[in-house]
Amino acid sequence: MLLIRCPYCEEERPELEFRNAGEAHIARPTDIASISDEDFEKFFFIRSNKKGLVFERWRHVHGCARFFNAVRDSVSDKFLLTYKAGEPKPDVSTLTAEGGPAAWANRPPDQLNEKPKSKRSTKGEA
Amino acid sequence: MAKIATAARNPAHAGKNVGGEGVALKVLEPASRMSLRARPDTIAALSKALGVTLPQKPKSSAAKAGRTALWLGPDEWLVIDEAGGDPVADCAGVKGLHSAVDVSHRNVAIAVTGPNAAATISSGCPQDLSLAAFPVGAASRTILGKVEIVVLRTGEDTFRVECWRSFSDYVWGFLSEAARDAG
Repeated sequence: MLLIRCPYCEEERPELEFRNAGEAHIARPTDIASISDEDFEKFFFIRSNKKGLVFERWRHVHGCARFFNAVRDSVSDKFLLTYKAGEPKPDVSTLTAEGGPAAWANRPPDQLNEKPKSKRSTKGEA
Repeated sequence: MAKIATAARNPAHAGKNVGGEGVALKVLEPASRMSLRARPDTIAALSKALGVTLPQKPKSSAAKAGRTALWLGPDEWLVIDEAGGDPVADCAGVKGLHSAVDVSHRNVAIAVTGPNAAATISSGCPQDLSLAAFPVGAASRTILGKVEIVVLRTGEDTFRVECWRSFSDYVWGFLSEAARDAG
């Protein structure tokens, strides 16, 4: 089972408590009545569906019930980073599938209860 | 002559209990419960009105004089009063914007006690319930099997499992089977 870090609960929680909520960072038009049908289609239906690093909304539905954003590798299913809703899109150039702030979530089971260090290395420590 | 009809409330699974090896299950007495939502600027006033400090740390709870406040989310608490008080009435005088909803009879509480209590709940709950990760006083909304529950660790070997009344058959059955296996 994947462990996903909830930025509100501030710890790794089992995948079963979460639900995916689609692509993140899609801004709703400020005046939705005035936009063209094509623009509405783009906003409402068209998603990037990338292979590789994707930005997604997730909800900790059976936990704190909060929505947050996550950077996930759609090939390896690894979560690279999770952050609170409303926070700016992180710079993905510093993230790699092997390292990054969520890498320690892939620690061996006997190390899972150790508290994370306050400042985490961007290099892989798993 | 008119007959006076009186209705008596029948709590779900009242008085049921099951004993396994090293674990006992018991349906707890009905209690007053409140679902509380509030912004940070009202927390102090609500804590004062309730007589228990609303915890602001994730996965934590605070208890005082038979009243327990469980952190469920950054602006959400479950307040359980087992001393016969009415937490909703206590919040009525608070001026700041908040939502206090009485959910007393929405939930059924089951006490899981004994050295195998954590193993019993872990049979259907994916959270780490070891003392290091889930110490005494820790509380969390999570899942058991296919339903949502709220778990509160009241002691090293005692848990309080809160579930919705309509799910209580499932939860009771699940925990009873788990208790038989846990030994």
